[in-house]
Amino acid sequence: MPILQVENIYKEFGKLEVLKGISFSLDKGKTLAIIGSSGSGKTTLLRCLNLLERPDQGIICVNHEIIFDAEDKAVQREAQIRKNRLNFGLVFQSFNLFAQYTVLKNITLASELLAMGEKNRGKSSAVHQRIKEEAYELLAQMGLSDKADAYPHMLSGGQQQRVAIARALALKPQILCFDEPTSALDPELTGEVLRVVRELADKKTTMLIVTHEMAFARDVADHVIFMDEGLIVEEGTPAQVITSPREERTRQFLSRFSNEP
Amino acid sequence: MYECFCEVREKMTGLQSIILRLINSFGLNVRLFFMTLLFSLPLGLFIAFGSMSRFKPVAWLTKTIVWIIRGTPLMLQVLIIYFAPGLLNLGSPWGSGASARFTAATFAFVINYACYFSEIYRGGIQGIPVGQTEAGQVLGMTKLQIFFRVTLLQVIKRILPSMANEIITLVKDTSLARIISIKEIIMMAQEYTARGLIWPLFSTGLFFLAFVGVLTLLFNHLEKKLEYFKA
Ligand SMILES: Nc1ncnc2c1ncn2[C@@H]1O[C@H](COP(=O)(O)OP(=O)(O)O)[C@@H](O)[C@H]1O
Ligand SMILES: [Mg+2]
Repeated sequence: MPILQVENIYKEFGKLEVLKGISFSLDKGKTLAIIGSSGSGKTTLLRCLNLLERPDQGIICVNHEIIFDAEDKAVQREAQIRKNRLNFGLVFQSFNLFAQYTVLKNITLASELLAMGEKNRGKSSAVHQRIKEEAYELLAQMGLSDKADAYPHMLSGGQQQRVAIARALALKPQILCFDEPTSALDPELTGEVLRVVRELADKKTTMLIVTHEMAFARDVADHVIFMDEGLIVEEGTPAQVITSPREERTRQFLSRFSNEP
Repeated sequence: MYECFCEVREKMTGLQSIILRLINSFGLNVRLFFMTLLFSLPLGLFIAFGSMSRFKPVAWLTKTIVWIIRGTPLMLQVLIIYFAPGLLNLGSPWGSGASARFTAATFAFVINYACYFSEIYRGGIQGIPVGQTEAGQVLGMTKLQIFFRVTLLQVIKRILPSMANEIITLVKDTSLARIISIKEIIMMAQEYTARGLIWPLFSTGLFFLAFVGVLTLLFNHLEKKLEYFKA
């Protein structure tokens, strides 16, 4: 049963058509990898799902609930958008940790603000305690227990990205999106990030990963989408799309990675 | 012998009273300084948001005002703000007497410095990577939460050196208020110069130096305090 359904998303910037009718669905607990050359619209698609961009056309459903419909102004109100965003988590290419907060505070900040906004804040210290404990658990899961009090600039890129993953997980999103999570990293640091993503896949976290790591996508993804010029050219299992692509454009794209182990 | 002693005493009290009067008049500089900061720091933020508004007429209007204020001398602005209402038969919004002149000067200074601050704020805000804002958005934070919990401190850290510059300039600009006969320290000292006594005027420099020295220490301290993160 699909947890995410995306129907016919169009997005243009001025005259530039970036997404030209994207439709796909994703089942609960599955990992979807999106591959494609630079400029094909992968980032824009993730930004549309996270409502950082408003699609010009199309519908996004999570758990059969419409969270965005280009025709329906009611779901586009600021407060509604903010609520619906929480269905998704997004891990950015450039981490974007909050510079002035410790690792722990980066993870807890949004949860604390959400808890403050809720009506019944009678037992708020208990709530904050629970938020903190969960953050420590996430840090342990990321292998960063000793970094709770560090500031982002003290961490390596790989560590920062793992904190960013913990921060996204803290809000318990239905679907976690990654935008090339390792492409800003030195090669020797990609492994530690890919390892935690793999662990999340093993735990049946629903994920949508834009990546250039073909070997990783082949191993970890349940389903692969190849995008080119704002369209889905080919999709299927990793074996179909990455190992034996049917479309010429997919083959051309993959040939650039053929010297990979 | 006794006469001579008297002369010295007279000179002493003369010295004391001059210094006291200088200190008192410097009080006006200090008051003008703090009143200007109190109002121009927040007003500058509104102007900064105005100049960044997505509603073009607002952005255009704000930018024009900032251009005019930054493009003309503060001294002229003080004169216009003090005299224009009367010349245009608009009554006397400032009231009368010394306090009226002080209010008018404060008003001119606030507008002038708010415009300078707004440009510093704008640069600071626009210099923050959008990723910081977007990370907040994705985490379900409201615009106000993002501004106050994420952006603001990073902006403060970035603009602190230019703000320090501007605020130190303000200390010295306060003496421009004498153009509408506000008896700030330089105007006071010039009364002695007119009577042939030159050192009071020179000594005013020490007042400014001391005040600016304290501010410099304060800003250095703040910069140190914000060194714990990099933005
Ligand atoms: N905010 C924007 N304004 C204008 N053009 C944009 C914007 N964001 C992306 N684009 C353009 O859209 C196209 C697709 O970009 P993107 O989604 O980042 O592709 P990918 O992530 O696959 O490399 C590119 O040509 C890019 O220049
Ligand atoms: Mg991209």
